Amino acid sequence: MTTVSPSVPDRVGASPVRDSPARRGSAFLYRHAKVRLALLLSAPLFWLGLVYIAALVALLITAFWTVDSFTGKIIIEWNLANITKVLGDALYHTVTLRTLGTALVVTVIDLAIAIPFAFFMAKVASRRAQRILVVAILMPLWASYLVKAYAWRSILAQGGILDWLFAPIGQTSPGYGLEGAVITLAYLWLPFVILPIYTALERVPDSLLEASADLGGKTGRTFRHVILPLITPGIIAGSIFSFSLTLGDYIAVKIVGGATQMLGSLVYANVGVANNLPLAAAISLIPLAIIFVYLAVVRRTGALENL
Amino acid sequence: MKLTLPSRIVLGIVAAVTLAFIYVPIVIVVLNSFSTSKNLTWPPPGFTTEWWVKAFTNEAALAAVSTSVTVAFAATAIALLLGTALSFALHRFTFFGKSTVNLLVVLPIALPGIVTGIALNNAFRTMLGLQLGWLTIIVAHATFCVVTVFNNVFARLRRVGTSLEEASSDLGAGIWTTFRLVTFPQIRSALFAGGLLSFALSFDEIIVTTFTAGSGVQTLPIFILENMFRPNQAPIVAVVAVVMILIAIVPIYLAQRLTSSDSSR
Repeated sequence: MTTVSPSVPDRVGASPVRDSPARRGSAFLYRHAKVRLALLLSAPLFWLGLVYIAALVALLITAFWTVDSFTGKIIIEWNLANITKVLGDALYHTVTLRTLGTALVVTVIDLAIAIPFAFFMAKVASRRAQRILVVAILMPLWASYLVKAYAWRSILAQGGILDWLFAPIGQTSPGYGLEGAVITLAYLWLPFVILPIYTALERVPDSLLEASADLGGKTGRTFRHVILPLITPGIIAGSIFSFSLTLGDYIAVKIVGGATQMLGSLVYANVGVANNLPLAAAISLIPLAIIFVYLAVVRRTGALENL
Repeated sequence: MKLTLPSRIVLGIVAAVTLAFIYVPIVIVVLNSFSTSKNLTWPPPGFTTEWWVKAFTNEAALAAVSTSVTVAFAATAIALLLGTALSFALHRFTFFGKSTVNLLVVLPIALPGIVTGIALNNAFRTMLGLQLGWLTIIVAHATFCVVTVFNNVFARLRRVGTSLEEASSDLGAGIWTTFRLVTFPQIRSALFAGGLLSFALSFDEIIVTTFTAGSGVQTLPIFILENMFRPNQAPIVAVVAVVMILIAIVPIYLAQRLTSSDSSR
């Protein structure tokens, strides 16, 4: 009698499960979720923890050291001199307030432009126009930061396009200074602010807006009570970009800000020319503290996942 | 919400003005790169291609381009590995400290650039005694590029779910086979988009780079920055700027194609 294999074992036989090391490894990993997790997490956590968190901690520590004024070498000698200097010196108060004010103004300007624009993109424009607009916003996002700052350098320049535009009404370009820096920074971060707000708006289903209208909600009321609560995480995500990026900027300020000094300028000067790393570390703790407070506040809103 | 025609028109005008605000400065840079004026006067007194020829034969500029490309490739490769591993860990598992890990990924771009820059500068020079150079730039760039890959892959994992993978392992496929034949094809375009974004981020980065590059290595943004304030070099900077804009169009086009083919699937 010939052996006719039953169909089920036959199908198993068609793809034999070989006992290879890879197979055993696979089975082991399949059964041990914790090992899988450890394998996935170890490299990234090693990198981010060792490179980044350790660096931040080291920065904090360095702020309590000093620099030998003759040799320029860092001396490990614990003291509060840098911290008291940063907290007590009027220069740092002025620059901190200026930087914080600039960051707030830039954020407000960007939100004022981004919210209506994102709303037009998400809810008014046709499907086709929407796709084009997304590309139109993404493209300058990818165009170099420096190129854009440079563009404003040429716009604000003496004899530049703003001078030319304002000449008929007897005005001149604001030139390189704080106003120029604010305009340039607002310009630089605008796409970063538009995108998360647009993403949030796109997720708001039209049916909700129709429901609100059916129930008698006017445009303004629908916006305040239906749309705004839903896009708040997007707005916050956008504001993190403009706020934090402004706090840490010194390049745009250097290019269009004239003699304006920001916290970033002071940090850079102390790392480079003045070669006082501990003092630079102490100064950089100011924007770090500000942004940590900001992040701690917004973390509850779940906006961080929208970055 | 029914918008009246006038409010639609107002919104349309606001959008048009915003677009103009975004694009006019870029157009001006392009025009300036052909201007005969060396100090950014407007309107341009005349047009010339002299600066373009000079820029393309400028050795420092060409060297800077190749430096930037190398750094961006290396940083993106590291970011792809770390970002993908992280997104799988955070999507597939629940564990103690998960939200902290999530915050940790965002931190390098959420924190002000000078903080990241000086922290890494201090760690490399003071703590580890390293010379600033290639290695330090790549490590710094990879650190803030992880988040772009993570975001793209994580969003994709959240959308595709795990049911196909479960089906694959029910049918007897091991972890490797499932990854190769089921998971990887699903996340391939997200990896590519995340990689492109990370490449662009690294290519463009200036603040952290100034703190970690040292004097020996010059990336393209550092080249632009150093030459911007030299009157004789200003027109060449304009040309390099235009080239950087042109380079940006290609990845945008590709990324857009990728995401639009995803949504129609």
